[in-house]
Amino acid sequence: MKPEARKALIEPIIENNPVILQVLGICSALAVTSRLLPSLIMSLALTAVTAFSCLFISMVRKAVPANVRIIVQMTIIASLVIVVDQLLRAYLPEVSRQLSVFVGLIITNCIVLGRAEAFAMKNGPWLSFLDGIGHGLGYSAILILVAVVRELFGTGALLGYPLLPLRSAGGWYEPNGLLVLAPSAFFLIAAIIWAVRSWKPAQQEKDEFRIHIVHRTGAS
Amino acid sequence: MPPEATPREAAGPFAALRRLAPDSPARAFAIVIAVCVVCSVLVSSAAVVLAPIQHENALKVRQRQILLAAGLLDPSRDPVGQFSQVTPRMVDLRTGDYVEAGDPVDFDVAAESRAPGSSQAVPDEADVAKVRRRPDAMPVYLIERQGRVETVVLPVHGYGLWSTMYGFLALEGDGRTVKGITFYQHGETPGLGSEIDNPAWQARWVGKQALAADGSVLLRVVKGEPRGEGIEHQVDGLAGATLTARGVENLVHYWLGEQGFGPYLARLRAASGGAADET
Repeated sequence: MKPEARKALIEPIIENNPVILQVLGICSALAVTSRLLPSLIMSLALTAVTAFSCLFISMVRKAVPANVRIIVQMTIIASLVIVVDQLLRAYLPEVSRQLSVFVGLIITNCIVLGRAEAFAMKNGPWLSFLDGIGHGLGYSAILILVAVVRELFGTGALLGYPLLPLRSAGGWYEPNGLLVLAPSAFFLIAAIIWAVRSWKPAQQEKDEFRIHIVHRTGAS
Repeated sequence: MPPEATPREAAGPFAALRRLAPDSPARAFAIVIAVCVVCSVLVSSAAVVLAPIQHENALKVRQRQILLAAGLLDPSRDPVGQFSQVTPRMVDLRTGDYVEAGDPVDFDVAAESRAPGSSQAVPDEADVAKVRRRPDAMPVYLIERQGRVETVVLPVHGYGLWSTMYGFLALEGDGRTVKGITFYQHGETPGLGSEIDNPAWQARWVGKQALAADGSVLLRVVKGEPRGEGIEHQVDGLAGATLTARGVENLVHYWLGEQGFGPYLARLRAASGGAADET
């Protein structure tokens, strides 16, 4: 594999992760990660949509006039999302019900349109396809990490199989109720961002503003 | 725009397309139309090819929800096998009699409500659940033990906040006491109105007296934990989903009322009260 292809595929997983560095696609990362199974399916759906939308958009990029490119990109992305949604409804109806609107909302996921506009419009189909898969994997890595923590410590089970014996069933583990709720995904993603940026300081952003110390009069 | 640069000409052979200026509106039109045609073929063929499998799934979901409403579902087993303990029958809504009409298992209530010749408009003043039209005959799902109706599951639907909510209401054989309520399809707000799917909320319905002995519907969805007088007719609503909860109340009123299964339930009560043979 050529180095640039490898870069397109591997870099988005940690070095240029769409969720933790670019901070995109947070909405669905909060909503679907309370259980691992829907997170896996959501990851798969988003990876497929990103990869194929990048592929098709890259194929037509030279024919599409610049002034209508977003419409064309949205049409292609929306069609792929509908097809993925229909496939899930047909073959994984239970998971499809759990994911409810979030599969449809892949259309508005910033990662998909972001890669289409930033990468697929400027690069060839094969490279764009790999870039789409790479960003899908980067999103999946975070989603799966968050979902494993949330399901395991929120319910004591993984993929529905009990691993930690619950106190309510005579075991020793008291499930953490906060992890089942959406805000916990915020805390977990923040913790991941912190960990990765401590490990790779190059990802740290420069302060855009500085808080000045203001002299106040009187006691407060 | 010059007259020769109409989209009709541009959509023709590729040669004509290439002659157009790269940024001309005609070219943009032609390309957008071409992309849309390809995409719509893709989307519609996916929908058509997958429709039979989705239909099968929808049927399975309904059977599962019927068993769930009746409190009979064993989640570890396939719902289709368990469905054999249910006796599906068709009921003429006007008379309340059992009739032979269509397939009570694979019954698409939305389509049947529009079927010419076998459906009718609901008068506005009676249409509390905004169903607009109703089929002449609807299915009921009976669970019988020793020749007596133990549970009857009624298909119900009505308008919530955004969407029509489709579900099942199970009553005891006395035709008055709620045994369970479930929903299999709705488009209410995720996290708020969609809490109608929450088993904890659905459990609050069990044991409530929905109907008086004379058949008038008493059940109400109220704010806060029901207490005091009439507690046996009241169900706690959903915080943040007042209109959805009101929609559920309305659909229960409609389907248990005169325009819904009222006449049928009156017969059921008479039969269970008099211990007469049902069929």
